[in-house]
Amino acid sequence: MTIINFKLNNDLIEYEIKDHWTLLHLLREEMGLIGTKEGCGNGECGACTVIVDKLAINSCLYLAIDADKKTIETIEGLASTDGKLHPLQQSFVDNGGIQCGFCSPGMIMSSKALLDGNPDATREEIKHALAGNICRCTGYLQIFESVEAAKHTGGAK
Amino acid sequence: MKPFNYLTPATVEEAVSLFGQHSETAKYIAGGTDVIVKLKDGWMEPDYLISLKKIEELSELRKNENTGDLTIGATVTHATLEKSIMIQKEYPIIYDAVSNIGSLQVRNVGTIGGNLMNAVPSADGAVPMIALDGVALIQGPGGERSVEVKDLFIEPYKTVLKPGEILKKITIPAPAPRTGSAYIKFGRRAAMELPLIGIGVLLSLDADLETCARARIVLGVAGPTPMRAYEAEKLLTGKKITEDLLRQAGEKAADESKVRDSVRGSAWHRKEMIRVQVRRMGLKCLEMIKRN
Repeated sequence: MTIINFKLNNDLIEYEIKDHWTLLHLLREEMGLIGTKEGCGNGECGACTVIVDKLAINSCLYLAIDADKKTIETIEGLASTDGKLHPLQQSFVDNGGIQCGFCSPGMIMSSKALLDGNPDATREEIKHALAGNICRCTGYLQIFESVEAAKHTGGAK
Repeated sequence: MKPFNYLTPATVEEAVSLFGQHSETAKYIAGGTDVIVKLKDGWMEPDYLISLKKIEELSELRKNENTGDLTIGATVTHATLEKSIMIQKEYPIIYDAVSNIGSLQVRNVGTIGGNLMNAVPSADGAVPMIALDGVALIQGPGGERSVEVKDLFIEPYKTVLKPGEILKKITIPAPAPRTGSAYIKFGRRAAMELPLIGIGVLLSLDADLETCARARIVLGVAGPTPMRAYEAEKLLTGKKITEDLLRQAGEKAADESKVRDSVRGSAWHRKEMIRVQVRRMGLKCLEMIKRN
């Protein structure tokens, strides 16, 4: 057992973990934050994408112990406490970027990492940033459109 | 995943010494994008994982202004290389190769050293390091030693590193003036793909902007390890470069390759792509040289 300290969305957390836990296991199975999904568990699908120190990463391939002293953002941290969706979430709803919803948390976290760093991302840059997030429903077009639309509705800081 | 203890040494010496204490039951880990998959699948079952992430000297990316040598620490991530303006401008072949490894999520965590040490025939990162005459600095229980990156690989998943040794960094000598370089990862889809074949070409021209002073043609997935096509390089060196000569070099490289049929593609298709892409990458190099 090892104690780690990290910032998760708006909370400072101290947690006793086992060295072999992945960050995904910590979030979902231990902390009950089931917004982050497990798809393939091998870094192929991007469903488990969260943001660590401003970078999108696959939480299934990231050890929880490496989250020590880091800032973690998950889908749970996006909506305001009053329930108002983050502009990116709203944009996915408004533009048909969500169908079954399984890939959505990962898609939205990848998009957030992109727009936080590059508010004017082009379509090509959006495609490059989302290439590791697989969606089996939408055919991607509405997802790209959702991200583009969010640039103008406050999705980009 | 079988439980393990995670150790985070601060120096290479400390890491090597920890490995010495636990040798049979220890493995090194850097970014973990390959290692964690192996742990999950049970291909690796260490009791101790020795992390290289906290060793500061391994994460440096630095160019010496006096010598022109570029140093890439083993734990520099693919994304760091991809985002570096210096890499984009001066080492386009590195940018070409690392910007399409896995996904952004993988590139944000995965390291160039890990890509080399995993030693798969399809390692995109190996091709530019070989084309640029990179030298690997290795440290282990017996001290330090250097190995050219082209000699690093023995067979799939096997490098010349001995138990306990750590790849510290790759040093790339200053590129000659009038050099162009390019890599193509040729696959069936644009995203999340391993290359069907990987082709890297580097050309340096004499002051006349026609005669080839140096040629490197490096192939990935063309054999059990990344390989140089020496005969094809010889065909170009010292000659005036024309599209026809590049076409001949492509033919030669295809002949030299040890491509085979696999689940991801057939040998004849791979050979055809070597033929075509050596020429195209060569032309891209020439364009680059003329532009600068």
